[in-house]
Amino acid sequence: MSNFEFDWSVVPDNMDILLEGLWLTIKISVLSLILSLPIGIIVGFGRIAKNPVIRFISGAYVEIMRGIPLLVLLMWIYFGLGKLIDFGTYWASIVGLATFSGAFLAEIFRSGVQAVPKGQMEAARASGMSNFQAMRLIILPQAIRRILPPTASQFIMLIKDSSLVSVIGGVDLTLRARSVVATSYRALEIWTAVAILYFILTFALSLLIRYFEKRMLKNEQ
Amino acid sequence: MISIKNVNKSFGDHHVLTDISLEVPKSNVVALIGPSGAGKSTLIRTINALETIDTGSITVNDIAIHDKKTNINKARTNIGFVFQNFNLYPFLSVLDNVTIAPIKIKGQSKAEAEKRAKELLTSLGLGEKFDAFPNRLSGGQQQRVAIARALAMDPEVMLFDEPTSALDPEMVKEVLDAIRALAKQGMTMVVVTHEMGFAKEICDDIVFMADGKIVEVAPPDVFFTNPTTDRAKDFLAAVLNH
Repeated sequence: MSNFEFDWSVVPDNMDILLEGLWLTIKISVLSLILSLPIGIIVGFGRIAKNPVIRFISGAYVEIMRGIPLLVLLMWIYFGLGKLIDFGTYWASIVGLATFSGAFLAEIFRSGVQAVPKGQMEAARASGMSNFQAMRLIILPQAIRRILPPTASQFIMLIKDSSLVSVIGGVDLTLRARSVVATSYRALEIWTAVAILYFILTFALSLLIRYFEKRMLKNEQ
Repeated sequence: MISIKNVNKSFGDHHVLTDISLEVPKSNVVALIGPSGAGKSTLIRTINALETIDTGSITVNDIAIHDKKTNINKARTNIGFVFQNFNLYPFLSVLDNVTIAPIKIKGQSKAEAEKRAKELLTSLGLGEKFDAFPNRLSGGQQQRVAIARALAMDPEVMLFDEPTSALDPEMVKEVLDAIRALAKQGMTMVVVTHEMGFAKEICDDIVFMADGKIVEVAPPDVFFTNPTTDRAKDFLAAVLNH
C-alpha cells in the first residue's frame, strides 16, 4: 500500500477502447429501454385486464421475471435458449434486459394507473366515455405523474444492469475495462474511470427525465 | 322517462336490491330516502349502469340500460350523474372539466362547448372560476362545477347520489338551489338525499327504501304527514325529531 503510486495516464491511453465499450453499453441500453416500454405497457394493462386469463399470464410473467436473477436470465437466453434460437450476444443481451426491465415497468405502470381514484373512471364513464377514452383522456394524464419518477429509476437500473452482458461476451464498457486491466494492471485507475463513465451516463438520463417531469407539471397546472 | 321493473341485485349472499320497480315520468323529481345500507346509492347507480343488475329491466327514455347489446356509452350521454364526492378531474381547469365530454364525445367545437360551459357555469354562480383548478374551490363550488359538467351534455335525466352529503353545512344550500332551479325547468331527476326539507319541497314522489326494498312510495305531503308503514314511521321519527 505504501509504495502504491497512481498512474492516471493509463486512462487516456486506453480511452478509445473504453469509449468503444461505452458506445455498446449505450446502444444495448437504449434499445432495451425502447423495447421494454411496450412490454411494460402491455403487461401492466394485462395485470388489470377484465379477462382472467390475460391477468393470470401477465401476473405470471411479472412474478417469474422478478424472481430470476438477471445474470441467470442472460445465461439462460444466451446459452440455454441459444441452442434453439441463435440470438448472438448482442440480441441476447437486449432481449434479456428488455424482458427483465419490462416486468418492473409493468408493475410501475399498473400501480400508477391503480393509484388514480376509482371515482375518476366512474365520472368519465358516466359522462359517456368508453373505457379506452376514459383511460386515455382522464386516467393516464393523472397516472403519468406517478409513473414518471419510478420509471426514471428503472431506466437507470437498466443501464447499470447492462454491465452484466459482459458475462455472455458482450464487449461493453465493463468487459473492455476488464481487458484493459488485464494488460495494464491498473485496476484502481481503470475501474474509477469506468465508474465515472457509468455515472455520467445515468446522471445525464436522470437530468433529462427531470426536465420532462418539470415541463409536464408546468403544462398541467 | 325512467322505468325500473323487478330489479334484483346481490353481492354474494347479500341481497342489495330486492324486486325494485319504480316509474319516474318525464319532468318528475323523485327522492330516494332511507337508512344507510338501504340500497339507495346502488339503485341510482344502476340507472346509468355504473352498477349491473342480476335480473329485471331498466329503461331510460325507452333505451334498455340493462341490456348488454345497448350502446351504454351513447345512452349515458343522455343521463347526467352527480357524485357525492364530486369526482372532478383535478388536472383540468373548471372550464375543461365541463367541456371535455361535449368536445370528445359529442364532437362539439371547442368554441361551441366553451360558450355553453360558460353559460352554465355563470348560471350556477361560477362566472369567476373558469380558469380555476378544482383544488382551489370549496366543496359547494366543486359540486356546482360537477352539476355544470353533467348538464353540458344536455341530458334529459339527472341523477344525484347524495349531492350534499360531503359538504360543510353552509354550502348545502347553494347546491340545493342549483338542483331546485333544475326542477323548475322541468328536468327529470332522481335524488338520493338526507335533506328531508328539500325532498319535501321539490319532489313529486318520495321513495322510501329499507333493506334493499322499496317500502313506500308517496307524494311528500302524504309521506311526511301520514306514512303508512311502521318502517317509514320509525325512520321519520328518528330523522325529524333530533
